[in-house]
Amino acid sequence: MSKGTLEIINLHANVEGKPILKGVNLVIKPGEIHALMGPNGSGKSTLAYTIIGHPRYEITQGEVLLDGKNILELKPNERAVHGLFLAYQYPVAIPGISVANFLRSSVSAVRQYGKKTEDNSGAAEENHLIPMRDFRKELDEQMKMMGVEKSFARRSLNDGFSGGEKKRMEILQMSLLKPKYAILDETDSGLDIDALRTVSEGVNRLSGPDLGVLVITHYQRILNYIKPQFVHIFMDGRIVESGGADLALVLEDKGYEFIRQKYGLEINLAAEDKIALKEVVS
Amino acid sequence: MTNDVNEQLEVIPQDYKYGFHDDRVNSYKAEKGLSEKVVNVISEIKGEPDWMRQFRLKALQTFYSKPDVTWGADLSTLNFQDIYYYIKPSDRSERTWEEVPNDIKNTFERLGIPEAERKYLAGVGAQYDSEVVYHKLKEDLENKGVIFLGTDQALKEHPDLFKEYFGKLIPPADNKYAALNSAVWSGGSFIYVPPGVHVDIPLQAYFRINSERMGQFERTLIIADEGSFVHYVEGCTAPTYSSESLHSAVVEIFVKRGGRVRYSTIQNWANNVYNLVTKRALCEEDATMEWVDGNLGSSVTMKYPAVILKGRGSHGEVLSIAFAGKGQHQDTGAKIIHVAPDTTSRIISKSISKDGGRASYRGLLKVLEGAFRAKSNVVCDALILDDKSRSDTYPYIEVNEKQVSIGHEATVSKINDEQLFYLMSRGIAEGEASSMIVNGFIEPLVKELPMEYAIELNRLIQLQMEGSVG
Ligand SMILES: Nc1ncnc2c1ncn2[C@@H]1O[C@H](COP(=O)(O)OP(=O)(O)OP(=O)(O)O)[C@@H](O)[C@H]1O
Ligand SMILES: [Mg+2]
Repeated sequence: MSKGTLEIINLHANVEGKPILKGVNLVIKPGEIHALMGPNGSGKSTLAYTIIGHPRYEITQGEVLLDGKNILELKPNERAVHGLFLAYQYPVAIPGISVANFLRSSVSAVRQYGKKTEDNSGAAEENHLIPMRDFRKELDEQMKMMGVEKSFARRSLNDGFSGGEKKRMEILQMSLLKPKYAILDETDSGLDIDALRTVSEGVNRLSGPDLGVLVITHYQRILNYIKPQFVHIFMDGRIVESGGADLALVLEDKGYEFIRQKYGLEINLAAEDKIALKEVVS
Repeated sequence: MTNDVNEQLEVIPQDYKYGFHDDRVNSYKAEKGLSEKVVNVISEIKGEPDWMRQFRLKALQTFYSKPDVTWGADLSTLNFQDIYYYIKPSDRSERTWEEVPNDIKNTFERLGIPEAERKYLAGVGAQYDSEVVYHKLKEDLENKGVIFLGTDQALKEHPDLFKEYFGKLIPPADNKYAALNSAVWSGGSFIYVPPGVHVDIPLQAYFRINSERMGQFERTLIIADEGSFVHYVEGCTAPTYSSESLHSAVVEIFVKRGGRVRYSTIQNWANNVYNLVTKRALCEEDATMEWVDGNLGSSVTMKYPAVILKGRGSHGEVLSIAFAGKGQHQDTGAKIIHVAPDTTSRIISKSISKDGGRASYRGLLKVLEGAFRAKSNVVCDALILDDKSRSDTYPYIEVNEKQVSIGHEATVSKINDEQLFYLMSRGIAEGEASSMIVNGFIEPLVKELPMEYAIELNRLIQLQMEGSVG
């Protein structure tokens, strides 16, 4: 364990009683970019949700450590404050809440704005939000860089946004929140060619020695922009193969079949399923 | 607009800050309970003409003869003999705050009324228990012939105009509580806007109950003459006592040809007040009536603002928000009657229930024969925040004309976990995240309010969300 590391250790999680994650092991250090690729339904989004603390996923075994500290007991908002961020595969719409308001609350919470004023002066309740003027300036800058039109600030969050607009909005949020660890869940899907470039550039601007990134994707394309040092193949609820950037190329070329063959058909059956199968058979 | 509201919503106080009360010696307090004697005393003290005294006495009989209201909220714990029907706090209604008795003035200062008046109102009326203690209209409006007075004062100063309209739209026999109000009414606002006059900034009345076991029965009458416009806003609060108080108002509004009236309420009674109110407007040709009704306080509210679309081409709107928290039942809704052809209406109701609260939407949409091409759209959305809370919808639609277009939509939803999670995963704590979702839910209505009231409403909802009201 080293400082600032995100460690996922033997993570098992169920959804509605059904095991989806079956022993995930992954270590991401600051400054590293990892790609996670795997077939539909293999559990990639589940892994992302579990890391950031969605209550639907029940953790049955394992740990997620940030800076050596188990974060699985923390609420999702506390995890965000600790620097975890997920760019959603399917961002939800929230009618009636404007993008600007939402972002101001979010940025203020993640930067623990209320706490700061409390410490510095006695006027604790004075303000728990970042001052409007500072926020606007920052928002305008970031929106410009992400190619998001100004008018979006007043629109309801993700409400009626096109698929690509939602994805852009996710990365806009990331650039305002400046997380330590970002998981991008299929941020590339639904983006047109130009948008893919803008969004990737947005991520690259943020990356550096302090940011760890996990890019979940089905396609090699985004990895031409966001260049991973590590590529992991995810199947049946765990990482089955890890390698360098070229593993993505191999995968693009051969599909998942070669992995399946390499590990034998058994890879499709988790230990639990095998037990269940045995019971049925005998 | 909502952006700006929330931008200003930065300081959030911790509790129902209006729960305080003044210990004061009143100028007159009628004996407890309802009786002919009390009705006579009220009329006597006010020095009313005989017709009004007779009107009151007859209304009292109507009240006695009507059975208890049992079709709505539970009113079985309301004891009519345990209430003071008339408490006169001071001897006069003043035109400057300096002249208002100090303790009363301080109360309204604490409620921010004089400040609001200076900043964004065209006129203010302030009622304290039974009487209007302050009333003031901007001079330029007075010069244009606008009348804005306490209702008692109007009866004295404009007897003919008063008599022509008073009780004509909501006669005492309309319902039990209208009868009660007619018997013991006191205070309220009287507004007359002459033809073509636009009162561009709102007039506000503020109703404050101070005494325990108090019954407040204000009576408001608004007449908007042809082509005129006025926006009237009412606010209300009461101390938090352990025993119940009763608020039962009657509001009658006449909108003449081409006129428009908007009536906005932010009801924030303490959670021990029964709030049983009858509100009705009559629209003549091409007139528009809009009720914007926010119910947050009280233990029980029964209120269904009504619009009668009597003139061709007239338009009625009821936009209502109800928030039922712990121990509260908000039984609210709307009533629209299309009488004439080419009339249009819109009802949007949004309710939120939480901590065992109950919100009911009760609506009547009626299209009479001959109201050709009437158009109406009804939307009622309910948001239930937890399993203890409840929401019901009772929409009655009665259409006696073929050539009409009626839309009706109702949704009931729980707070959406995915939305909540999304916000939380962006650092926002659960409580604030639910408040944001609730604010988003009512946003389409809040944006109809002037900025100051929108801020007030959002703030009150935030307080309700924190469960600290009452
Ligand atoms: N709420 C849920 N209820 C039931 N099953 C669920 C739920 N959420 C996920 N699952 C199941 O868990 C499995 C993993 O889903 P997940 O979304 O993590 O896959 P994924 O690897 O992200 O797939 P994709 O590439 O299609 O996005 C799937 O079989 C899915 O149906
Ligand atoms: Mg997925």
